[in-house]
Amino acid sequence: MAEMHSIDLVVNGRAVSRNVPARLTLADFLRQDLGLTGTHVGCEHGVCGACTVLMDGDSVRACLMFAVQAHGREITTIEGLTPAGGLSPLQQSFCDHHALQCGFCTPGMIVTAEAFLTRGERIDAASAREAMSGNICRCTGYVPIVHAVMEEGRRRGLARNEDE
Amino acid sequence: MKPSAFVYRRPASLAEALDLLRRHPEDARVIAGGQSLVPAMNLRMATPGMLVDLAGIETLSALEVASDGSLSAGAMVSHNRFLRDDRVKSGWPAIGLAVRHVAHEQIRNRGTMGGSLCHADSAAEWPAVCLLLDAEMSLAGPRGERTVTADDFVRGLYETALEPGELLSFVRFPAPLRGWRWGFHEIARRRGDFALAGALAGLAVDENFVVTAGRLVVFAVEDRARRLDGALSGAVGRRLDEIDKDLAGLSAAASVDPRSDLHASAEQRFHLVHACVMRALAAAMQEPTGTING
Repeated sequence: MAEMHSIDLVVNGRAVSRNVPARLTLADFLRQDLGLTGTHVGCEHGVCGACTVLMDGDSVRACLMFAVQAHGREITTIEGLTPAGGLSPLQQSFCDHHALQCGFCTPGMIVTAEAFLTRGERIDAASAREAMSGNICRCTGYVPIVHAVMEEGRRRGLARNEDE
Repeated sequence: MKPSAFVYRRPASLAEALDLLRRHPEDARVIAGGQSLVPAMNLRMATPGMLVDLAGIETLSALEVASDGSLSAGAMVSHNRFLRDDRVKSGWPAIGLAVRHVAHEQIRNRGTMGGSLCHADSAAEWPAVCLLLDAEMSLAGPRGERTVTADDFVRGLYETALEPGELLSFVRFPAPLRGWRWGFHEIARRRGDFALAGALAGLAVDENFVVTAGRLVVFAVEDRARRLDGALSGAVGRRLDEIDKDLAGLSAAASVDPRSDLHASAEQRFHLVHACVMRALAAAMQEPTGTING
């Protein structure tokens, strides 16, 4: 029987306490123990970005850390970035620009873009591409994703109209 | 794609961590940011019996400028903390030029300088920039602390000077070099992938824009990064705009013994070294001292 660790953390604004085995990744903990299946598990070795979540506001790969390492930390998943009964402006922008097709990568894309935009720095298409470069999409070809992020950047006053 | 079971320990002090390494010499493995180790564990290429997580040791997360002007960086400082630190940006711009090419944003948030150095991948940026800046590594072990130079720390592919029971605690970067310009260029198949070849160049320039000294590091080409200052000997004494970049690139390419692997042949790497050195020098020639290009 594997040794269990007691962990206390905050997930999407709510305090959570659980017992976990050391080898449980944060991604599997969120999906299996908490039922937060919006965090997708793609490659499981840190390449695809589908499992991206926020830890204390920074984007991280949930497949590349263990749940036990999130003790005392604050995690935000795609569920925490989605308003009840609707879409956030960033999510709506993804719809408007056809920035998703199958949707598998989309939660990771939204979380990554949210972290990028929340920093509040001026952005342009080049910095948006760089910020999104750790997330793989096999449907869209990325151009609509950059458009969607830029539109939300303009809405937040971080980009000028000619920055694209 | 799930890691095998292991015992997890999160010591609160360096002494406690060293004690765990001493008591579990066969099983214990240090985890820093885990951005190389956890993929290897998920793929079962690594199956450590115990992980000693350094995240609980506060001193290892310190990033401080010492009274002698040197930068002391704890092994657990993340890549992105260097990139966002104003003291690092102004005093050690070469760090930013290199480290912004480490993987992607999510990895740079969690991955650490110390983890990258101890993993010692030949294509990693940290060993290269440490070599360029004459950094020194502090190794903590059962018999106390010892210091090794960057050139002595990385010994080969995935091989370092760390003895069993030791861990990397701090890296010291000498005080800022005034009047130096820096340039970086690496070539990878995709943004954030491991480089196929890379170069870091530094040029000391006097008030008449005459080069007084040069430093060059080539990485991702051999088993470890290597200083090739000799390839810049033709540049010393010339005005910045009269440097023969092509000659420096050819000289560097003639000095390396590239490996062939799945990603690039040795022949291709000769060509890439030439290109990277020329582009790193071009960047250093344009770069005003102490700033980082976008």
